[in-house]
Amino acid sequence: MMELFIIFLSAILVNNFVLSRFLGICPFLGVSKKVETALGMGVAVTFVMTLASIISYMVYNWMLVPLKITYLYTIAFILVIAALVQFVEMVIQKTSPTLYQALGVYLPLITTNCAVLGVAVINMNEGYNLIKSVVNGFGAALGFTLAIVLFAGIRERIENNNILNAFKGFPIALITAGLMSIAFLGFQGLL
Amino acid sequence: MDITSIVYPIVSIGGLGILFGAGLGYASKKFAVEVDERIPKVRDLLPGANCGGCGFAGCDAFATAVVEEGVDICSCPVNSDESAGKIAALLGVDPSCSIKRVALVKCKGTCSNSQNKYDYYGIMDCNDAAAIPGGGAKACSYGCLGLGSCKKVCPFDAIRIEDGIAVIDEDKCTACGNCVDACPKAVIELVPKQNKVRVLCNSNDKGKEVKEACSVGCIGCKLCVKSCEYDAIDFEDNLAHINYEKCSHCMACVEKCPTKIIEGQHVLTEA
Repeated sequence: MMELFIIFLSAILVNNFVLSRFLGICPFLGVSKKVETALGMGVAVTFVMTLASIISYMVYNWMLVPLKITYLYTIAFILVIAALVQFVEMVIQKTSPTLYQALGVYLPLITTNCAVLGVAVINMNEGYNLIKSVVNGFGAALGFTLAIVLFAGIRERIENNNILNAFKGFPIALITAGLMSIAFLGFQGLL
Repeated sequence: MDITSIVYPIVSIGGLGILFGAGLGYASKKFAVEVDERIPKVRDLLPGANCGGCGFAGCDAFATAVVEEGVDICSCPVNSDESAGKIAALLGVDPSCSIKRVALVKCKGTCSNSQNKYDYYGIMDCNDAAAIPGGGAKACSYGCLGLGSCKKVCPFDAIRIEDGIAVIDEDKCTACGNCVDACPKAVIELVPKQNKVRVLCNSNDKGKEVKEACSVGCIGCKLCVKSCEYDAIDFEDNLAHINYEKCSHCMACVEKCPTKIIEGQHVLTEA
């Protein structure tokens, strides 16, 4: 139990996907203009990542390993992720058209979000069992959500400030992201 | 070589693909969202340049707004009358559109007509040049700088730089207004296409200053105002303005203008 908790906490804070591993930067910068849409993105990614951890674990351990074709893991994982993202897109379009519009092109782009593929590959490399994989995937996704929501909050505040023209928009956002990353380094001593 | 090393990957990955495909197929039925089928049809009839002249994010957004919110189809300045008519027929609304407009560069300050304060060797962009104290190299601070910022933003390739000023190709121009926004001198204006009598000067300077800077500027003599029988010319800030609704193309002002900055001669030759 303690081990699961450590995996969970480490995935959220210590090895935060965005701020420590630098995975999934695209949506992190793309949909972090408003807290609301950032949260929507976080929930969508959480759903995809958790399910992707489960299914990619099954595909890898129950299909690729017995057939001795583990070298195909990348393509198999991408297949799983792409199908999941398509599914999530349909569900969101049906249930919340507003969120669907706000997320825009970044929703189908979760497919190419390296954080999702990253969690599947890390689970595989660490040799986690099914439960650990799910906990790690869920934790990593929560870490992503935490990072993107915090970042969106900061960006909302920056928006109303008087910033040099040269720094407006993405430059100041990237500097902010860098400072956040440094701040999250403080968690390294936690475990 | 073992044949299984080929068969297993094909069967397993292919099988996964078929499985997910079937699942998604089912889900797409279950979560189907009803889209108004007229939207893609309207979208096909629009020009598709995504110029933003209508005020929406692009042709898709405009088509959605037309169908769902009843936005006027004439808001698209680019659309031809023919396709606007087709869209109107599709939606069952009034097809008559307002008059076509084109962009007009209100300047005749070509290299030979206008003086330069200095030689400019900076970034070839009007906005950068205009930011330099003095507002660019042209002696007239209201005139076209001719560095082509408008040309860069034109999605229809309707603007060319000729002899130091921007020239609009009226056949290609769709009045999307991108160049109007891009010009730091506000020298481009959208005018009705059918009105051929236009003032080609943007200077609010007094006559003497205009004369010093440019040989084809409005010097504010008001001869055009006096010559107009239709009360169609207003005079404001040392510059003549034509009221396009009142203008009858009589050409009196065109003939009277001493600096020849009221355009319209070609209408005479055509007629």
